[in-house]
Amino acid sequence: MKYSDRQIGDVTVLDIKGKITIGLGDIALRDAVMGALNLGATKLLINLKEVTTIDSSGVGELVSAYTTVTNRGGKLKLCNLPAKVSDILQITQLITVFEVYDGEAEALASF
Amino acid sequence: MRDNELLCHLDIGSRFENVELVQVMLADALDDLGFDDESRHWIEVAVREAVANAIKHGNRQDPGKRVEVDLSLEGADLVIQVLDQGEGFEPEGVADPLDPVNLMRVNGRGIFFMQRFMDSIDYDRAPGGGTVVTMRKRVPNREST
Repeated sequence: MKYSDRQIGDVTVLDIKGKITIGLGDIALRDAVMGALNLGATKLLINLKEVTTIDSSGVGELVSAYTTVTNRGGKLKLCNLPAKVSDILQITQLITVFEVYDGEAEALASF
Repeated sequence: MRDNELLCHLDIGSRFENVELVQVMLADALDDLGFDDESRHWIEVAVREAVANAIKHGNRQDPGKRVEVDLSLEGADLVIQVLDQGEGFEPEGVADPLDPVNLMRVNGRGIFFMQRFMDSIDYDRAPGGGTVVTMRKRVPNREST
């Protein structure tokens, strides 16, 4: 998994690419979120457009990120979910927990 | 008695990067067997979970312990077995990840994915110790023998 970050107004956008899977991908996602939080971000948008696979560890990291950001008084939202990531969030019922948007512009406007 | 045709066998060390090796082997086999992209993806997710569990919970990431993965055909079924060298495992002890009290837990969804994406899943104690997980998936357009 690779990631990069962008600042759009007061929202930090994390662009995630590749596999969010056990061993490397899940840790990279944690690093991305914690890095943004440590720089003072309070509004995070995770752009999952280029994610190819997510496993249970990756799902766990998304849950952990959501909890961490929320507990600090921030907001974490998701956008551009590929079909297979969306399926996983449906199956796990986490789609009811996360704020999910089809596109980035719509997600940015929601903060 | 059904014929059991071994398609491939992989013996890996207990490191997470080796999950990728299993996926490469599996992808080739699934392709050869005629699984479509969608089915292939979900089978790969299930098998990755089984191997990751064997490494993490079975062998507790002990680099001296091995994980074996066998792919075979039994009648119309693809049979995937994952064997670890751990202390054993009680699947009944795993909490339901869809229970509202567990929804925000970080762990505990791997077996759920395996159950969801495969036709069946069984756990046994291996004769020499450890746990063997057996997962089955019906192969498309293959007659039962």
